[in-house]
Amino acid sequence: MSDLNSGLSPDSLAQIDREVAKYPAEQKRSAVMSALRIAQVEKGWLSADTIKLVADYLGIAPMAAHEVATFYNMYDRSPVGKYKLTVCTNLPCALSGGAEAGEYLQKKLGIHYNETTADGKFTLKEGECMGACGYAPVLLVNNHTMCNHMTPDAIDRKLAEFN
Amino acid sequence: MTVYVKGVVFDGVDFDDPNSWNIDAYIQRGGYAALKKIIAEGITQDTIIAELKTSSLRGRGGAGFPTGLKWSFMPRSFPGQKYLVCNTDEGEPGTFKDLDIIVNNPHALIEGMIIGGYAMGITVGYNYIHGEVFAAYERFEAALEEARRAGFLGDNILGSDFCFQLHGHHGYGAYICGEETALLESLEGKKGQPRFKPPFPASYGLYGKPTTINNTETFASVPYIIREGGQKFLELGKPNNGGTKLFSVSGHVNRPGNFEVPLGLPFSELLEMAGGMRGGKKIKAVIPGGSSAPVLPGHIMMETTMDYDAIAKAGSMLGSGAVIVMDETVCMVKALRRLSYFYFEESCGQCTPCREGTGWLYRVVDRIERGLGRPEDLDLLESVGKNIAGRTICALGDAAVMPVQGMLKHFRAEFLHHIEHKKCIVPGY
Ligand SMILES: Cc1cc2nc3c(=O)[nH]c(=O)nc-3n(C[C@H](O)[C@H](O)[C@H](O)COP(=O)(O)O)c2cc1C
Ligand code: SF4
Ligand code: FES
Repeated sequence: MSDLNSGLSPDSLAQIDREVAKYPAEQKRSAVMSALRIAQVEKGWLSADTIKLVADYLGIAPMAAHEVATFYNMYDRSPVGKYKLTVCTNLPCALSGGAEAGEYLQKKLGIHYNETTADGKFTLKEGECMGACGYAPVLLVNNHTMCNHMTPDAIDRKLAEFN
Repeated sequence: MTVYVKGVVFDGVDFDDPNSWNIDAYIQRGGYAALKKIIAEGITQDTIIAELKTSSLRGRGGAGFPTGLKWSFMPRSFPGQKYLVCNTDEGEPGTFKDLDIIVNNPHALIEGMIIGGYAMGITVGYNYIHGEVFAAYERFEAALEEARRAGFLGDNILGSDFCFQLHGHHGYGAYICGEETALLESLEGKKGQPRFKPPFPASYGLYGKPTTINNTETFASVPYIIREGGQKFLELGKPNNGGTKLFSVSGHVNRPGNFEVPLGLPFSELLEMAGGMRGGKKIKAVIPGGSSAPVLPGHIMMETTMDYDAIAKAGSMLGSGAVIVMDETVCMVKALRRLSYFYFEESCGQCTPCREGTGWLYRVVDRIERGLGRPEDLDLLESVGKNIAGRTICALGDAAVMPVQGMLKHFRAEFLHHIEHKKCIVPGY
């Protein structure tokens, strides 16, 4: 994950271009949320340098991109493990095992929320409602993959897939 | 699990067929017929808006505002650019219906937005999708591509001179972006901080241009109304509460899921459809309209029907249609503590009463839960609540207060017991 001075890949830039095309020419700033997401997928997390790369590419002030990166909580402003697991513990999920899923994961991985395992493999986060409460307990892997019905058994099987 | 008794939004969708979402399947079940009819017969903008008014469709995003009326506010002859925006930022705890629409019937939403564009003279639209459901964003993008290829979206739709471009935009983790003006800020690439109203989006919206914003389910109801007529839609529900509604049922039921049922269905029937109480336990309480709606005791719910007016009469709100069911094992202090934490965490921090007040509410409920409550704490909660409600830029402040007020109104004894005995009456969530 060397980040300094290495620009974004041609693939990432092509993806960003597709997003930019959705907005009026003078409103490229609207693409900053997708562009930061695309950059984060490539780099693993958003360092100040990566944020600046995105801002420069869109022609906006680095501060404007930085504000967005800090406001929305799925952007990672510090390195995370290879697998970032976010468990929803809000009330609807908690009524169906969401809180237990969080506790089970902490025990199993030997870390608390907002920590990363020593081998750098897993980061655990506590999340708010993901709009998937009917499938509780739910776990979001690396922001983009939703796993449903994550009972302790299902968590065991899921973690084994990552080995 | 998704079930529809009378399908408007899910009309004809086969949930067992993985291809039921795509454009061919949608067209086969009558999809895009409403748009074709509008173009072929040259149906006027006024006729469409009148049909919506007849239907009595009310906004499904939480506030229940009449959609026909909202659409009539749009300055149709305004010469500059105008925008149409769909709110799929579904983040109200307990709500998971819009995800279901995007994944299983995205073309109903797309067709509804195209009709909206036509009716209000708008040529560009965006759909803002909750970041946590990224697969839904990808599904929506795929469906848009299908619609463009079929000539329903883009320039000169179906050979007419009507043009409409539609794009997806995703959030990345901020509940407040469900509030319509925060959503617009976010769509502009900024922090999602709500704007002062007025001016309202109809005059000053996206990029400062006139904008109409509706919820996913609202738009997805429109094709049916145009195809079948506003009167037929109205008759599915009850007066002033036309049509069907998606209810997301979660919590202590055997079969959580989305249920599309006529507005006015008795709650007891909805509960039965969701498989009844898990483990045969007794119902204690229900939050009938998403976490911001005041809680109601189970016995009141069992005598209530599921529509805007009946739930309001019972002392709560239908809101987004998220029905959170709690059985006799739930400690209400613990339940409220989790909800209060949510509002504290998600306050955007712009207004002092909300930023400070939500933290205060959470800390007081938290200390009661931890057995450190003081006898004056319930009065304190009420006075903090009074100092938030109505004194903030957006309704998140009120949304944080309503669950507290509902709990203290109906379950005060449980909070008092906690303060006095330093523990719960019942053990669990
Ligand atoms: C804190 C807050 C969160 C909201 N979240 C949502 C949401 O997730 N989805 C939604 O459609 N409306 C949400 N709303 C309501 C919107 O501001 C707006 O009223 C709605 O999108 C209008 O669409 P409708 O008239 O079709 O209901 C929220 C409002 C507030 C104050
Ligand atoms: S009420 Fe709360 S969330 Fe809404 S604008 Fe004010 S601080 Fe932000
Ligand atoms: S409460 Fe967990 S996904 Fe909604």
